[in-house]
Formats: sequence, structure tokens, C-alpha cells
Amino acid sequence: MSLLSSYVDKTVSVVTNDGRILIGTLKGFDQSCNVILESTVERIFGTDVAMQEVAVGLYVLRGDDIAILGELDAEKESETDFQQIQAAPLRPVVH
Amino acid sequence: MLFFSFFKTFIGKTVTVELKNDVVIRGKVHSVDQYLNIKLEDIEILNVETCPQLMTLKNSFIRGSVIRYIQVYAIDVDCEMLQEATRREYKELKKIAK
Repeated sequence: MSLLSSYVDKTVSVVTNDGRILIGTLKGFDQSCNVILESTVERIFGTDVAMQEVAVGLYVLRGDDIAILGELDAEKESETDFQQIQAAPLRPVVH
Repeated sequence: MLFFSFFKTFIGKTVTVELKNDVVIRGKVHSVDQYLNIKLEDIEILNVETCPQLMTLKNSFIRGSVIRYIQVYAIDVDCEMLQEATRREYKELKKIAK
């Protein structure tokens, strides 16, 4: 049934409600979208600093806090130099 | 239930989803579930200049609770069928209330 099953064991990017971006391997999920990410890195963007990647290890995320979960396009990922990209952090979700 | 069935008719069609964090994503609907979570394929971020962080995504699962609008093409909506379905649902509701 679940829409997330096709993402298991793939590298996914998760955008949280507070605008953080976490990239890791999806190891598990449940019916309320709680997810487990392995070997997670957080990508931190800033307007006048280069993008930083911070390794944060194993992550358990509550479903309520997830906005988008998506698979990364390996080709686009290798073409894009995120170090060159300066961007304001994503806006938080406002309900 | 009506909206779940309604959105299921968009499977395979292209829609534009605006999220509550102002990200706008266009893509082909792959599937929808009972919470109106939506999975889009072949996505394109329409306001990529404000969120270049997301430009490397190729498909996305969007949680229903963060969706603000779903824009659809008029040609994909059968208004008569939708009206009929809402009437039917309203009748059912009245029946239960009695």
C-alpha cells in the first residue's frame, strides 16, 4: 500500500518542515511516514557561505515533520557543484 | 473518500503542487494514498531560483499535510462526474444523519 516502499534501500533526500535537508539511505518506514535514514548527511545552505555537509549518522524522523521525500538523480547530482551554490535556507512549512 | 477517488483519477496526469513552504513542484502523478500523500515522477521545481537545493530530485513523495494547492489542467477534470459524485456523497450523508 505505502507510497514509500519503492524508496527502501535507496539514497533519498528528505526535506523537513523546518527546512532542513537530510540525505541518507532509507532503511525503514511505517504507516505514519516515520522513517529511518542510515549514513545521513545534512546539507546546510547559506546566502554568503558555501554549502556544508555534516554527517549526522543514523536518523529517525517523525512523519509529522517530513515535507518532501525524494530520490536523487545521480546524473544531475554529479553535474551540480553544490559548493558553488549559495541559497537561503528553505522556508519552514507554515500550516 | 471523495477527494481520494478524485485525486486517483489524476494518476498518470501532470499536476502542479504548491507546498506550504512555498516550493512549487510540477510532475506526473504516480500514486495517491488515503492521507492524500502524493508521489510525483519526472518532477520539475518551478521556483528553482528560490530553492536550488531541490533541483537534483527526480521524483518525490509529498506529504499530504504540507500541500497548499494542487493545480490541474481543466481538460483532466470531468466536472459533470464530479458534480454527480458530490451530490451522491451529500445524499449518503443526509441518509446517515436521519
